[in-house]
Amino acid sequence: MAVTDVTPNGSGDGAPKVALLNNPEVRGWVFQIILAVLIVYLAFEGWTNMNANLRAAGIASGWGFLGTNAGFAISQSLIEYSQASSTYGRVYIVGLLNTLAVAFVGIILATIIGFIVGVARLSKNWMVSRLATVYVESLRNIPLLLQIFIWYFGVLRLLPQPREGFDFGPLGLLNNRGFFAPKPVWGEGAEFTLYAFIIACVIAWGVGRWARARQMATGQIFPSFLVGLGTIIFLPLIVFFVSGAPLSWDIPKMGGFRPSGGMTLIPEYIAMLIALSTYTASFIAEIVRAGILAVNRGQTEAANALGLRNGPTLRLVIIPQALRIIIPPLTSQYLNLTKNSSLAVAIAYPELTSVFAGTALNQTGQAVEIISLTMLTYLTISLVTSLFMNWYNNRVALVER
Amino acid sequence: MAEQHSAADIAFVRREMLPQQDAPATSRGIVAWFRESLFSSIPYTILTLACLYILWVIIPPLVSFLFTSAVWSGADRAVCATEAQGGIQPDGWFGACWAYVGDYGNQFIYGRYPNEEQWRVNIVGILFIGGLAGLLIPSVPYKRENIIFLAIVFPIAALILLTGGHLSVGGLYIPLAILTVIALGVSFLFAKLSESDPIPGLKNVAFLFIGLFVLLFILGFDFGLVHVETEVWGGLLVTLVIAVTGIAASLPLGIALALGRRSALPIVRFFSIVFIEFWRGVPLITVLFMSSVMLPLFLPEGVSFDKLLRALIGVALFSSAYMAEVVRGGLQALPKGQYEGAMALGLNWTQMMRMIILPQALKLVIPGIVNTFIGLFKDTTLVLIIGLFDFLGQIQSSYSDPAWASPVQAMTGYAFAAIVYWIFCFSMSRYSMFMERKLDTGHKR
Repeated sequence: MAVTDVTPNGSGDGAPKVALLNNPEVRGWVFQIILAVLIVYLAFEGWTNMNANLRAAGIASGWGFLGTNAGFAISQSLIEYSQASSTYGRVYIVGLLNTLAVAFVGIILATIIGFIVGVARLSKNWMVSRLATVYVESLRNIPLLLQIFIWYFGVLRLLPQPREGFDFGPLGLLNNRGFFAPKPVWGEGAEFTLYAFIIACVIAWGVGRWARARQMATGQIFPSFLVGLGTIIFLPLIVFFVSGAPLSWDIPKMGGFRPSGGMTLIPEYIAMLIALSTYTASFIAEIVRAGILAVNRGQTEAANALGLRNGPTLRLVIIPQALRIIIPPLTSQYLNLTKNSSLAVAIAYPELTSVFAGTALNQTGQAVEIISLTMLTYLTISLVTSLFMNWYNNRVALVER
Repeated sequence: MAEQHSAADIAFVRREMLPQQDAPATSRGIVAWFRESLFSSIPYTILTLACLYILWVIIPPLVSFLFTSAVWSGADRAVCATEAQGGIQPDGWFGACWAYVGDYGNQFIYGRYPNEEQWRVNIVGILFIGGLAGLLIPSVPYKRENIIFLAIVFPIAALILLTGGHLSVGGLYIPLAILTVIALGVSFLFAKLSESDPIPGLKNVAFLFIGLFVLLFILGFDFGLVHVETEVWGGLLVTLVIAVTGIAASLPLGIALALGRRSALPIVRFFSIVFIEFWRGVPLITVLFMSSVMLPLFLPEGVSFDKLLRALIGVALFSSAYMAEVVRGGLQALPKGQYEGAMALGLNWTQMMRMIILPQALKLVIPGIVNTFIGLFKDTTLVLIIGLFDFLGQIQSSYSDPAWASPVQAMTGYAFAAIVYWIFCFSMSRYSMFMERKLDTGHKR
């Protein structure tokens, strides 16, 4: 497209023959300026309309409402929150933390289930692969919202009253108020165990580095994984017992109307967690299956020819190559899960969309601020995750000629 | 030739071919299959038994709920409630109440669309299925005409049939006329500035605007159909309207965005990237919230959209970002030689895209488009959160009817919804796989 100045041979004045507008570069800029003006005009028009409409409705715009008292209760909060004194800013943080709480645990569960089902689909055992296929095909093709409804209204809300609920003894209570799990109570000196754990992690990392360097230099293999794992498990355990086992469990007991003690997983949280993780797992399973299938059969054969046994073949040859294919789509599934956690608004699990873009919006009427802040939050989570994943992806990407 | 060995030297000579023998009984047929694929080792056996146990836990209750214990006919809740709950079923009964689904069937499909006008929905449905079948089945001829029918004739016909036509578009004639004059002027100016013949450009613009005037006239024409508010639309009708409109609107928008993202013009590329990444980074539900609470604020006073249209705008913008990424995949998969070949032939950008690149790229991404559609179809359920009655929303709203209230009502409704959604999505995904195999010509780059 570099044909810009075509000066015909022998033309005396040297003026370009092509008209200005036929010059691709000029044409491009004219087009772009028109587009930019149009977009800016639309944005401006929207902005003035919005201000006029807000004035007409008597809504003061601005972020002042974040500091005012919210005055509604939230059924689950990871940080201190009180109906009487907490502000809308606090509501936002509580909602965000609840979103992250369901997304984080959901991602872990979905990954575990997804990998198991994905590998199971490739199993030579007919029964196992068939069952995994049925799992994937049935969950993938039913809307997530419907699955959330089924888990919430069809299962968890139909559990018996607290009095007649399931009692798993020391493991907790399950009834229509949720799952009441034992809560660890750390006593005096518990921080030493934490320190020991951190030290053990550092040691394991150091051993891993040293072992890899030595293997690179001399070819000798050191079982760094086992050693590291042992350190991480046993060092804190020893410190834990030496410091007098400073841990007791607060086991929930059936009270008058509702169980007391322990920690409560509200039914909305459990429903969201199950629905999100099983639904996303069906997609992850397909990704895992595709990733493993995409590794050339010749890789296995070559590894066998080199004398590697099945274990090392899988660990050193197949999985690293499969992971390279699996990770990019896996990331987008994680992001989908996080974004899908916003469906919790339908069953009133108090996450960002539900308490902030729902309840807080209804109470304050600050639609523009609240919706923008909510969208920006999700956008930030998405962009940060994909930036991190791009960086990671570049690191593990195959370096080709 | 003399015999070298006498018969007596050899103890036994077989003179006739034996028939081929079967493999040992343990390595053939059903027995071998069981041994190979279910019980080949101890871990396998354990896995198989575990799977059998899972099936044993899931299947019998499911069959019992859906079929054997289910109630298929009845007039009201009594047939679907136990004696303790005021019905006729024995205590401990738990089965699907299909009688309730049958009673509500009409509402699940049409919502509260007036009974005497439902033939209009049926005609739209038949036109749609006919057009779509012609388009989707590869061996049916007249693809071009079919696309024109689906892209131009059908939407107008559907709009008029579903709403009743006779829309108040009178106020749009004058703005459109002004726009016509402006467009003709700009076209003329451009032609003059680029020193080319202005006639073809003016002709195109004139045709376009004549088309728009005809469209306005048709939309405003009184066909004598009763007006049906979108408020009473519901059920499968709304689900399909949202999904089909969403995909139809997102396809051109997505193509434009994909081309914009790959464009050499920096401002165009910038806006395209921002647009795409923004919509892909936020959840659909916040988009729907935005279109239902924020969109009215951006419009000048007095202009208002109805709820369904607002949701449609949100869905279309949202899915166009996903569509753009699908199309971009197709554009990137084309060999560079296609672009270079087109340029070497002297085609300009528009011609190159229209005649060389897009036909090939879009064909490559048909499976991707179908998958986007499946996602969109499932996502239409979200509109129930902003108070529209789609298929799932209609089912949920029927739970408040005391005539059928019973403990199994909700489960029955959800089971029915799950089955319907599953049939739709599963068949679409099978179609996508079929197209993938069909389009896979074997010589990938």
